[in-house]
Amino acid sequence: MAQLNLPCDEAKIRALKVGDFVELSGRMITGRDAAHHWLLHGFREEVAPFMKGSLIYHVGPVVKKHEDGHYTFVAAGPTTSAREEPFQADVIGKYGLRGVIGKGGMGPKTLKGLAEHGAVYFHAVGGTAQVLAQAVVKVEQVFQLKEFGVPEALWVIQVKDFPVVVTMDSHGSSLHAEVEKASKAKLEQLLGLSA
Amino acid sequence: MLTREQWTEKFVEVIAHASSQLPPDVLAALKRGRDVEAPGSLAAKALDSILTNIEMAKGNWQPICQDTGTPLVWIHHPVGMSTRILTAAFEEAVRQATAKQLLRPNAVDPLTDKNTGHGQAPGIPTVHCEEWDEAGLEVRLILKGGGCENVGAQYSLPNTKLKADRDLEGVRRCILDAVQQAQGKGCAPGIIGACFGGDRGSGFLESKRQLLRRLDDTNPVPELAAMENELFEQANQLGIGPMGFGGKTTVLGVKVGYLGRLPASYFVSISYMCWANRRAGARINPSGEVVWLS
Repeated sequence: MAQLNLPCDEAKIRALKVGDFVELSGRMITGRDAAHHWLLHGFREEVAPFMKGSLIYHVGPVVKKHEDGHYTFVAAGPTTSAREEPFQADVIGKYGLRGVIGKGGMGPKTLKGLAEHGAVYFHAVGGTAQVLAQAVVKVEQVFQLKEFGVPEALWVIQVKDFPVVVTMDSHGSSLHAEVEKASKAKLEQLLGLSA
Repeated sequence: MLTREQWTEKFVEVIAHASSQLPPDVLAALKRGRDVEAPGSLAAKALDSILTNIEMAKGNWQPICQDTGTPLVWIHHPVGMSTRILTAAFEEAVRQATAKQLLRPNAVDPLTDKNTGHGQAPGIPTVHCEEWDEAGLEVRLILKGGGCENVGAQYSLPNTKLKADRDLEGVRRCILDAVQQAQGKGCAPGIIGACFGGDRGSGFLESKRQLLRRLDDTNPVPELAAMENELFEQANQLGIGPMGFGGKTTVLGVKVGYLGRLPASYFVSISYMCWANRRAGARINPSGEVVWLS
């Protein structure tokens, strides 16, 4: 399995193709619905350094706060990425992200953005919250915790050997678009509907 | 009978079970799925990861999935018990389970858009109480995540596009279409709960109640048992596969129920449950003894 250290340069991302298994190590940030709105309203200086050359992970974790004030992720699988479709390409461009981790895939606007900016969509296995929380070795800091709450806050995390699959690459390929098309043809056949 | 605080304690146990211990029939279905996928394929690897995750959650009593969902609760209680006390006891159990990280703080006030922080809000959890003649109490719980809830669907028949009329064949067409529309977004392989008839509210509720059934049971209505088998076969021919990666395992089961309808209405309501079918049931005897149900 290929290893990728974060942050990384564009060439490493351009080399990735749909179907590649990758283990990620290094620093990334989390963010989902509220975070994407927030990131697009103005430029958020405080989080920008954690995003440049790295990834945003679509996740709403279960987090434990320890007595000395530090945090650990108790459960942290991906959330559905499709909700960020209107914003994702712009967030990637604005903050220099090299990609996204999520589940369920994203649409044509994001796919175009990936090609334009040299970024990639990594799919983590939905629901595998324990396997993935174990790969989060450190929670460094958190932004917008009070405003957004635990699931929606932006957590800066260190991961080690975090397992993902490339399902949308920087060359216009999307596994999700392929499966959607093939399953639609099969459905029409099963229901006797002509396309 | 138990005090309100004691009920809360029992309900926290039920939540812990649902959040961390996947029912054996679901585990068996996932293993069967893994065995039919091509070794080394994306589908097989996704299912391997899922199976590892289930073991980890079980051993550590930690959430299988971080989206601990909406707690959907059905309680059967003895004659004369206060349903207000039972509901309040379950709401308190959700708060306590959230404080223990068995649940994520998962309730947002849509007016202020603030997370309540303790997992509870009006309508969360949803507690349905029904009286029965037994001396003990039975509680059944499903933790239903948001990703799979979002891909649920409701059809009003007839539907010209699907060539779906107001009959069982029409119902079948809607369910298959809903599975295709969902793709992998509801965390396939999923379990489909469906209801035909009812109104827009009761239909969805019954479709969720169908998810309490074991995957290996048989629908007592022969026509529906046949429909469930056929839909299971056909949905798995769609090629969506685990996570929508492509493959043979798109659904783990299809469960169909029905309710009376008005002459004017014919709804088909479909609830998609993710592979992490967090279902728990317990019988709590008057002495407080807990018997786990499958």
